[in-house]
Amino acid sequence: MDPTEALEEHFRRTVEGEQRIEPRDWMPDAYRATLVRQIAQHAHSEIIGMQPEGNWITRAPSLRRKAILMAKVQDEAGHGLYLYAAAETLGTSRDQLLDLLHRGRQKYSSIFNYPTLTWADVGAIGWLVDGAAITNQIPLCRCSYGPYARAMTRICKEESFHQRQGFELLHTLSHGTAAQRAMAQDAVNRWWWPSLMMFGPPDAESAHGARSAAWRIKRHSNDELRQRFVDMTVPQSEVLGVSLPDPELRWNAERGHYDFGALDWEEFRAVVRGDGPCNRQRLAHRVAAHEEGAWVREAALAYAEKRRREPAA
Amino acid sequence: MSTSGEWPLWEVFVRSRRGLSHTHAGSIHAADATMALRNARDVYTRRGEGSSIWVVPASAITASSPDEKDPFFDPAADKVYRHPTFYDIPDEVRNL
Repeated sequence: MDPTEALEEHFRRTVEGEQRIEPRDWMPDAYRATLVRQIAQHAHSEIIGMQPEGNWITRAPSLRRKAILMAKVQDEAGHGLYLYAAAETLGTSRDQLLDLLHRGRQKYSSIFNYPTLTWADVGAIGWLVDGAAITNQIPLCRCSYGPYARAMTRICKEESFHQRQGFELLHTLSHGTAAQRAMAQDAVNRWWWPSLMMFGPPDAESAHGARSAAWRIKRHSNDELRQRFVDMTVPQSEVLGVSLPDPELRWNAERGHYDFGALDWEEFRAVVRGDGPCNRQRLAHRVAAHEEGAWVREAALAYAEKRRREPAA
Repeated sequence: MSTSGEWPLWEVFVRSRRGLSHTHAGSIHAADATMALRNARDVYTRRGEGSSIWVVPASAITASSPDEKDPFFDPAADKVYRHPTFYDIPDEVRNL
């Protein structure tokens, strides 16, 4: 056995034995590249995801709701940082990743290219978007790459508050005035399908599914997770008193699952391509925040350098 | 912004409460130690997860290879007599 084969064999046995791969372990180049791509996309989604909800902080209807929303948006920033730190353990730099995001070379979740038109959208995002994200993320807590799995464990603990505050917000609206009820329903109507698309293309078209499964990066297929989310969410919608905008949605006793209608994959591909309602706005805002903050980063470094050279008297 | 202008990397260790050791929580970027502590607080202890934080420049850490096959750890592998269960003691002996 040549040395590379021995390393590959050791890697394979470690992963299949449900042990974790740690940063200084040998790993196949493609495993490293897949993780960098996935963790970076995930990190970018967290920080771009601050924008749709950040949009409503100044207009939250009460101090309670404002404090909750600020804490949630701060969490998104924190989640982005946990994930960038995990990606950096694979030998990439933070600046490199941000640069790839800013130049449109790495993606973030398409869901954040939809606008938040009313206050009820903050609730729908918490309930549906964060609900879908949690469904995706829980299996990642057992991902074979240690730093990613540890970051996900921390994130999942914190996301639970995100989903519950969204549900509570919508529940308040859907038990309020006729206008509030209509606003809640409208938000759910707009966010339902994009939330289902968050699980990615159907299994038959999923580009990296099988390999990621063998590497224990991905534990369930896109369609499995999508079904799991639908099954959990439909009963919750009944408690909320909102309908879901899918005439084909019904319980299938034979399968033990809800059947649901076909997704508009043309829309999905268009948004991924950059033609969603807010793609340009989201990226332009991110780039501006980065460039306008450059002097702060430089000043902090200059100050640290000066302090190193002239220790306090 | 070039990589050379990136804030240095710091490893963060958090003591979750008195009586426990500091445990590695993750890493952050900061221009200096004071900022590293503040950033670590904001990133890793937003819900009262810590009563004390250490930050260490990542470049100051020397690490062994994590691979358990590494001969580095071999000296411990064949010394079962370091464990109490290695010794045969008559059943009737108490408190030993």
